[in-house]
Amino acid sequence: MAASRANALYVRRRFRNGIARSLAYAAAAFGLGWLVLILAVLLFNGIGGLSLAVFTQDTPPPGSDGGLLNAIVGSIAMTILAILIGTPIGILAGTYMAEYGRHEKLTMIVRFINDILLSAPSIVVGLFIYEIMVAPMGHFSGYAGAVALAVIVIPVVVRTTEDMLRLVPDTLREAAASIGLPRAHMIVRVAYRAARAGIVTGILLAVARVSGETAPLLFTALNNQFFSLNMNAPMPSLPVVIFQFALSPYEEWQKLAWTGALLITFTVLALSILARSLTARRT
Amino acid sequence: MNIASSSQAPVVGTPVATHAGVSTVGLSEKVSIRNLEFFYGDARALKNINLSLYANKTTAFIGPSGCGKSTLLRILNRMYDLYPGQRATGEVMFDGENLLDAGMDINLLRARIGMVFQKPTPFPMSIYENIAFGIRLYERLPRAEVDARVEQALRRAALWDEVKDKLGASGLGLSGGQQQRLCIARTVAVKPEVILFDEPCSALDPISTAKIEELIDELKQDYTIVIVTHNMQQAARVSDFTAFMYLGELIEFGVTEKIFTAPDDKRTQAYITGRFG
Ligand SMILES: Nc1ncnc2c1ncn2[C@@H]1O[C@H](COP(=O)(O)OP(=O)(O)OP(=O)(O)O)[C@@H](O)[C@H]1O
Ligand SMILES: [Mg+2]
Repeated sequence: MAASRANALYVRRRFRNGIARSLAYAAAAFGLGWLVLILAVLLFNGIGGLSLAVFTQDTPPPGSDGGLLNAIVGSIAMTILAILIGTPIGILAGTYMAEYGRHEKLTMIVRFINDILLSAPSIVVGLFIYEIMVAPMGHFSGYAGAVALAVIVIPVVVRTTEDMLRLVPDTLREAAASIGLPRAHMIVRVAYRAARAGIVTGILLAVARVSGETAPLLFTALNNQFFSLNMNAPMPSLPVVIFQFALSPYEEWQKLAWTGALLITFTVLALSILARSLTARRT
Repeated sequence: MNIASSSQAPVVGTPVATHAGVSTVGLSEKVSIRNLEFFYGDARALKNINLSLYANKTTAFIGPSGCGKSTLLRILNRMYDLYPGQRATGEVMFDGENLLDAGMDINLLRARIGMVFQKPTPFPMSIYENIAFGIRLYERLPRAEVDARVEQALRRAALWDEVKDKLGASGLGLSGGQQQRLCIARTVAVKPEVILFDEPCSALDPISTAKIEELIDELKQDYTIVIVTHNMQQAARVSDFTAFMYLGELIEFGVTEKIFTAPDDKRTQAYITGRFG
């Protein structure tokens, strides 16, 4: 009697479990499906245009063949400068929040504002830098583009640095203090070392994040049909070139846009995998 | 075996001077705690503590959980300073200086009063670096000398034979007991005068525990040792003096043998016989 009642209960529970599980699987498949579809379309349209010329020739005038060299170099230059500006600021701010100012009100305020910045629409960042850099300087420039990207880098790095340093146990800080290690040394020699993989991951994710940004560059670096390393002048970038070429009526340009999109996507994918494998290793 | 040898020093000779019932003949006071109070914010965790730690002796702090043993230990190297809102009043005299003074150089103090924690805390670096790190902090030595000091510290902590072939390997790859001995080596390498142990064996197996106890017994020759422990047998085995604490107060302090065989206070008696705590 008791056994059969437990059995009925169990069957019902198993049935409900089955439904819940199917729904979860379906939702996961639905989400992943779109991703796979996007990647497939990207591969299908972009891979045909992938050739050596993409990396050796500049963007062509309408109606002729060419490559993406100037856009790739522009993207790399602006991303590097953005990381060089944003990373130290982000790491120092994150260090303040996790180490020195852990119990301060300022830390809560900075964290709150940082979270807003983290999810702020990037077009707002573009407009902001336009107002404070492009307008006063009188022209678009690679510098303005890099600063706009740096504004996007900073909150990502601040967040990961703070989170990763907070994962470092206090017992390790106390152990460092217990041999007479001054605070600053403790942070650099012990806490950073313990959190290194996580902090590097944050920087990689920031690179991934900015390498696809279009809106902030449209208002700051704009574009340039020619190869240029002058960061004080308008500078091309992959996302902006994709934006321009994809909307154009010219077939060659559209093809290059697909190829550029493929390049960015796989760069981001590679960075994400690298970031993942870094954090997966011993933490 | 230890009780017998340790109880000799204070008992031999006629007790001309006594403090808290302890004959101080032949003993030198390393740290002297007077009227010490401690606060976590507004909450008072220690009340009017008076206690002496004697040079080259091991003093055990015992008492039920939450009675303030760790709190007292962490005052001795000002570890509480890392946290806002924690403060101590009173006097802790160490070599003629009150180490609670605001002007005290805390980093130098901590180099002189080392600490080993409950959970092993190796730094995320190689075994060699774990130890060389602390040495280089206060002394500029040629490489060969650092090597020698690292070896000496590892030998001191009875770890040398187990790690001599893998000094470059990460300290995190050692077993718990080895990590704890690495931490002891790291502390010893800085050449402190006092070493504080906060339940150093509570995360270890019996064999590692026995090794650490043996070590503590040897270290006593060169250092003044304080150990917090929940293990009555351990306190009896390793210490010369025992302080029994209860609810933030020092109830009884004396020669370990006496505390464990004929305590003056009923609460001490109840605790050591396992009737509470
Ligand atoms: N960070 C803290 N903030 C506030 N109160 C604390 C803090 N740490 C300890 N206390 C309180 O101070 C008292 C003494 O704590 P302490 O850690 O010194 O006890 P203990 O004797 O070491 O205990 P245990 O044997 O469990 O380690 C306890 O009542 C505890 O709740
Ligand atoms: Mg404790």
